[in-house]
Amino acid sequence: MDPSFLAVQALSGLSSASSLFITACGLTIVFGVTRIVNFAHGSLYMIGAYTAATLVPRLLELSFGPVSFWAGILASAVIVGLIGIIIEVLLLRRIYGAPELFQLLATFGVVLVVQDLVVLVFGPEDILGPRAPGLRAPVDILGRRFPSYELVLIAAGPVVLGLVWLLLRRTRFGMLVRAATQDRDMVASLGVNQAMLFTGTLFLGAFLAGLGGALQIPRVSANTGMDLSIIAEAFVVTVVGGMGSVPGAFLAALVIGQLQAFGILIFPKSTLVVVFLLMAVVLAVRPYGFFGRAEVVGATHTVGIASHKPLPGRVYILLAVVAVLACFPLVADAYLLKVATEILIFALFAFSLQLLIGVGGLVSFGHAAFFGLGAYGSALAVKWSGASMEAALPLGLAFAALGAGLIGAFVVRLSGIYLAMMTLAAAQIIYAVAFQWVDVTGGDNGIVGVWPATWASGPVAYYLLTAALTLAAVLLLKRIIDAPFGYALRAARDSEARAEAIGLTIRLHRWLAFILSGAAAGLAGGLYAFSRGSVDPSLLGISTSVDALTMLLLGGIQTVTGPLVGAAALHFLRDVVMPLTAHWRLVLGLIIIAMVLIFPRGLAGTVQHWREERA
Amino acid sequence: MAKISTIRWLAFGAALALAAPSVHAQQAPIKIGELNSYARQAAFTVPYRNGWQLALDEINAKGGVLGRKIEIVSREDGATTGDATRVADELVSREGVSLLFGSFLSNVGVAMADFANQKKIVYIAAEPLTDAITMAQGNRYTFRIRPNNTMQVGMLVDQAKASGAKRWAIVAPNYEYGQSAAQAFKRLIKERVPGAEIVAEQYPALGKIEAGATVSALEQAKPDGIFNVLFGPDLTQFVREGNTRGLFEGATVLSLLTGEPEWLLPLKDEVPEGWTVTGYPWDQITEPKHKAFVDAYRAKYNDTPRLGSLLGYMVVYMIRDTLERAGSTDTEAVIKALEDAKFDTVIGPVTMRGIDNQSTMGAWVGKLALKGATGGMTDWTYKDGTSFMPTEAEVKAVRKD
Repeated sequence: MDPSFLAVQALSGLSSASSLFITACGLTIVFGVTRIVNFAHGSLYMIGAYTAATLVPRLLELSFGPVSFWAGILASAVIVGLIGIIIEVLLLRRIYGAPELFQLLATFGVVLVVQDLVVLVFGPEDILGPRAPGLRAPVDILGRRFPSYELVLIAAGPVVLGLVWLLLRRTRFGMLVRAATQDRDMVASLGVNQAMLFTGTLFLGAFLAGLGGALQIPRVSANTGMDLSIIAEAFVVTVVGGMGSVPGAFLAALVIGQLQAFGILIFPKSTLVVVFLLMAVVLAVRPYGFFGRAEVVGATHTVGIASHKPLPGRVYILLAVVAVLACFPLVADAYLLKVATEILIFALFAFSLQLLIGVGGLVSFGHAAFFGLGAYGSALAVKWSGASMEAALPLGLAFAALGAGLIGAFVVRLSGIYLAMMTLAAAQIIYAVAFQWVDVTGGDNGIVGVWPATWASGPVAYYLLTAALTLAAVLLLKRIIDAPFGYALRAARDSEARAEAIGLTIRLHRWLAFILSGAAAGLAGGLYAFSRGSVDPSLLGISTSVDALTMLLLGGIQTVTGPLVGAAALHFLRDVVMPLTAHWRLVLGLIIIAMVLIFPRGLAGTVQHWREERA
Repeated sequence: MAKISTIRWLAFGAALALAAPSVHAQQAPIKIGELNSYARQAAFTVPYRNGWQLALDEINAKGGVLGRKIEIVSREDGATTGDATRVADELVSREGVSLLFGSFLSNVGVAMADFANQKKIVYIAAEPLTDAITMAQGNRYTFRIRPNNTMQVGMLVDQAKASGAKRWAIVAPNYEYGQSAAQAFKRLIKERVPGAEIVAEQYPALGKIEAGATVSALEQAKPDGIFNVLFGPDLTQFVREGNTRGLFEGATVLSLLTGEPEWLLPLKDEVPEGWTVTGYPWDQITEPKHKAFVDAYRAKYNDTPRLGSLLGYMVVYMIRDTLERAGSTDTEAVIKALEDAKFDTVIGPVTMRGIDNQSTMGAWVGKLALKGATGGMTDWTYKDGTSFMPTEAEVKAVRKD
């Protein structure tokens, strides 16, 4: 390869790195101070791009020149900063004390709301912004043409780094931000106005996200997919750099930019994998990223199932449930049966997550990985070896358990937010493999023709099969939760140090919990694949993981029945509301936010709480 | 042929016989299911919805078909295979629709074809272009209106012969549509242009192109011909980056679909002039029937039609004709009425070929040019699909039915 090509490719990498850093820098500052992993950061980035792509052309019409262009970019970033303040005051301020899981979900609710709002405000079409005046012509670099705007972007990264450094080192606000990053409680005890500090930080973070988005308009058209594609990369940058560390984010962005620029040459079809692979490798070697510090996480962050007396007459309740499930086909039509089948599958999926989160205190943000592995395992068995459904389902389960064992081995060394991010990375790697290894997985097409065996192909038969398997799996998991193994997991969840002191092997227990949970999710995935006849990468995507979390949260994380109720509620809601409105994501997002704010105990949890209060 | 047309006349007669007594009775409407990616692919699908809505209103104003009004139950397909089959299932088992049409992405189309085969319901793939839908994954329940990848690529490759370009680079989105188009291109360019070779291939993920790196990787191979399959936001970024770096200078560029207004308008004044494309020069087509459609569309929506508008409009009229000839909404009767049926559409006669259920609808092939502040097509001709279709032997070799 000739040197001019390498140089141009490296420059392309640098300019991507710069853009990525500006956005990720805001994310890491916000995390450092508020300890909130802001999923909505990508949405702010997207709003920045849309605002600039709409605003800048208007300004250029008034007076054409570099001044109006750059003023428009800055104005867009300020507007996004103000939106950040609104989000802080209305939502984040109320959940600083909540467990991480709730915070992640609440900000994901914002993501959903913004996705629909952006289409409502800016229209469905992508908006291509204007080019920067004076930077239209390319520059000549070793005989190759290179866009001059990219050179400006390359410079913008270090400039922002410098300005942020000055802000953090030379101003009182910066000093407070640094202090809060180190010890939030101490800053509060010293009488610092926390509300102002947090609002200011959110403004800064949102401003940087908006700036990152606005700077993209000459090279990327503003489109509705921007939020999730940037947030995944921004997460990687902040985690690899060490959460809360600005120089770490800069270094990580540089590495990732180059990796992408040259990765495209070596693996033109696996561009999505390399980024997450880097994150997995870095976290495996340095559990807190390049410059991160170990988190001081108290027991306040764990919520979950507590001990309870066994219900009197639980055998009769169980028999009643079995009877209702078995008699349901007598009254339901084909479509209702289909819905019921899916509810049962998702109930099992959410319940398997309960074992990790509610019992083990391990906030997995990539549970879709196991669901998808189960689905893909079954589908691949059907496709490549012509396996029957009876053979493919256990194969899918085993495949998911194997995957969970592998991922679990890496993940159990971590804790808190790094653990959540590592599971997310693992799910994204598997997603990328399924998405880009077209020869085996069919890529975006997925695998079609995964239909059940003849005896189970009718809606009634398949419903009964699903009901039987789900019930068996749930009862087995319930038994495990109530067994000493479950108590050991809970001990480790509530106090790692004490659990270790009494001789529990925490990592081994957690690893086993991952395998069990993965296997159950894999069974659910396999059942799901056969119920729809196809699999596709979206089963492994972030939104599937979020679905599981939402069900868990909607039902209530402190109860055993919570995920089952939550799955039924969410699926029913989706089935009723989705055909009625074009703004399903808006509705779902608002439901998630409302849940976090008003019903942090969830449906089943609230009912239980009432009962306990009355008693 | 004689036998088929007899059947059609019989079917038509039966339709009249069945329809006649019920003209005055107010019957329940015929329900037809429609699903598409209205959220994720709005640039194409929203005009497409306008198109089918326009046709639907016109048909119902004239009393519908078989003495019944037509009702279209429309749903969002989520742009993924899983959501689409789920929604389709809901349309079939809860809404009780008689047949399905729609979907945009090719991978969704393939999943829908499989669904149609499993549930034994007619599915008319209006837009998805991958060959698979009428070839390897084809089945007797699945029909397609638009010219497939092999047909459209064939039209473009014919144009490329004269250019003398031999070193070709391919850039395509990495999913069913892009892969299928790239495959068709590799096959056809080697068949029809002796000495042609593929020197570079780039397959960015759909909607996630790294335009700078992709352009310089293509540039590195120094191609004298480029075959582009990108569309939507990927295309916009690719064109801007390619223009800046001079990738297209001196190269022959063949590009699928780029002349369609839905992809051309967002490019604004950066339209890459001289690209040979398939598209839709709606403002220059002078046939009176087409003009009437354009006028009605502009009057109703106060917007110019896209290719999607035309397609949605055509499909609903073809469904009306089919139901009329079938005389009922029974799946077998509908299949019979569709196979080898001739339709008189706003763009001229179109036949639904029976062996692969692929219609002979053609495409407009021409060159891109800047006209004022936006792009358009010049030197275009309408190529009827008939002569570009896969041969019967090719179809029989891959179809499983």
